[in-house]
Amino acid sequence: MSLNRITYLFREGLRGVFSHGFRSFASVTVIAACLIIMGSFGLVAVNVDNLIGNMEEDSQILAFVDESLSDSDARSIEGAIRTIPNIRDVQFISREEAMDNYKNTYGDSSVFENLDATVFRNRYVIRLNDITLMRETATAVDAVNGIADVNAPVSIAEGFIAVRNVVSVITAILIVILLVVSVFMMSNTIKLATFTRRDEIAVMKMVGASNGFIRTPFVVEGLILGLLGAGIAFLLQWAVYDFIAQKISVSVAANLIQVMPFSLLMTPLLIVFLAIGILVGAFGGAMAIRNYLKV
Amino acid sequence: MVLLNDVKMKYPGSRAETLRDIDLTIQDGEFVFLVGPSGSGKTTIIKLLTGEIRATGGRIEVNGFDLRTMKRRNLPKLRRSLGVIFQDYRLIKDMTVYENVAFAMRVVGASNREIRKRVPYVLDLVDLSGREDRYPRELSGGEQQRVAIARALVNSPDMIIADEPTGNLDPARSLEIMLLFQKINELGTTVLIVTHEKELVNAFSKRVVSLSDGCLISDGMDGYYGYES
Repeated sequence: MSLNRITYLFREGLRGVFSHGFRSFASVTVIAACLIIMGSFGLVAVNVDNLIGNMEEDSQILAFVDESLSDSDARSIEGAIRTIPNIRDVQFISREEAMDNYKNTYGDSSVFENLDATVFRNRYVIRLNDITLMRETATAVDAVNGIADVNAPVSIAEGFIAVRNVVSVITAILIVILLVVSVFMMSNTIKLATFTRRDEIAVMKMVGASNGFIRTPFVVEGLILGLLGAGIAFLLQWAVYDFIAQKISVSVAANLIQVMPFSLLMTPLLIVFLAIGILVGAFGGAMAIRNYLKV
Repeated sequence: MVLLNDVKMKYPGSRAETLRDIDLTIQDGEFVFLVGPSGSGKTTIIKLLTGEIRATGGRIEVNGFDLRTMKRRNLPKLRRSLGVIFQDYRLIKDMTVYENVAFAMRVVGASNREIRKRVPYVLDLVDLSGREDRYPRELSGGEQQRVAIARALVNSPDMIIADEPTGNLDPARSLEIMLLFQKINELGTTVLIVTHEKELVNAFSKRVVSLSDGCLISDGMDGYYGYES
C-alpha cells in the first residue's frame, strides 16, 4: 500500500472522528468508563492475588509433637511430614528454640527468667505451596504418628481465597459485559459516520473500491476512538488507584492490606487498556460498515 | 463484451420471474439501447451486469468475468471495468466537480499524479472545463449528469452502463447527453443505455434491445423502438 493511500485512509478516519464530535466524545467517554470499571476490578483481583501470594509466603502450619516422644524421636517424624503433598518447607523447632523465640517476641527477659523449656513442645513449622489446600494438608499432618496437635490459620486463608474467587468471577463477568457494551457503543457511533457517508460508500462500491479500502477509514476511526478512550481511562485509573492506595496506607487496614505500587502495574495495565481499545475500536468499526459491504 | 445466455431471475419472495430466458450478446465497441416499460426487467439486467444481484439461472459474462462462478472478492475488479451512470446522478454533495471525479480514481488506488493528469482531460471531454470548483448544487441537471459521466469514464472502463441517464432532463439536455455518449462510444468504449424515451432512441440509428414482462421481445439494428409505451 502506497504512502499516499495510507495517508488518505488515515485522514478519512480522522475526518470521521471530527465530523460528529459529540458522538465521538460520548463513545470515548463510554469506552473510558468501561475500561476504568474493568481496570478497577482487575486491579482489585491482582491485589487480592498478591495478598494471597504474600500469605503463601508467610503462612505456616505449626505441628506440635507429642510430648511423650524424645527429642530424637520428635526429629525423626520430619521424613513422614515431608512425604505429604503441598509441603514446601519443613523446619524442626526444639523446645529450647521455641522458648527463645517466645522470649524474643515478648521481650522483658526478667519476667521469663525462670521459664523452663519443658513447658514448650517440640514443633514443626511447615510452609505450603498452595494455601488453598491448607485444610487438607493440616489434616494430613495431624494424621502423622507423633503429631499431637496442628495449628493452621485455615479460616483466614479460606477467607482470602473466597474473596479472590468472588472478585475473579465478578471481574470476568464484568469484562465480558463491558466489552460487549463498548463494542456496541463504538459500532453505533461509527454507524452514524457510515450513514453520513453512505453516498460516498455507494460511489466507492460502484467504481470498484475494494471492501478493505472502504472498511479501513471506519476501522481507523474506531481505532482512534478506542485508543483515546484507553489513554484517558489509563490516566484516570492511575489517579484513582494512587488516591485509594494512599488512603489505605494511612488507615487501620494498612497492616492487613498492602496495596501494590502503581508503578509495578502501570505497564501491563497500559498494554491491556490499549489492546482492549484497539480491539473494541477495530471490531466496532468493522461491525458498523459490515452491512454496506454486502452489496 | 457482455454475454447473457438463458438468464433467469426470480427475486426471493416474488411469485413470477423478473427475467425469463434472456439471450443477449453485446460486442466490444457497440452502442446499445435497452428499452422497455417500467417493470420489464431493464434495471434487473443492470443489477446483474454490475454484480449487485446474482441470476437464479443461466450464464452471464461481463468483460471476461463469468458472474456465475466469480468469487465475491473479484467484484471490485468487475466494477472497475464498468462505468455506471444513474438517473439521479449520485454525486457527493460536499465535493466539488473535480473532487467528485477524482474521488472515483482515488478509491481504486490512483496516485495524485495520475489524478492530476486524468481528471482535467475527462472534464474537458464532457465539456465541464472551467466548472471544476463548483459544487453539484451550483450546476444544472445536465451538468450534474456530465459530472456523473466524467466520473464513470475517469477510470477508463471497457463499458459504460447508464440507467435512465436522461430521466431528469429536458429534451434539449437529453439530446446533448446522448450525443456525449455517442462521442464516448466513438472513442472505443462500449455503451449500454437503459431508457424508455422513444423519441430519443429513434433519433439515433443504434441497436435497440426491447424487453417486456421479463422477456426479450426484439433486438434490431435500425433504431426501431420495438414496443408501444
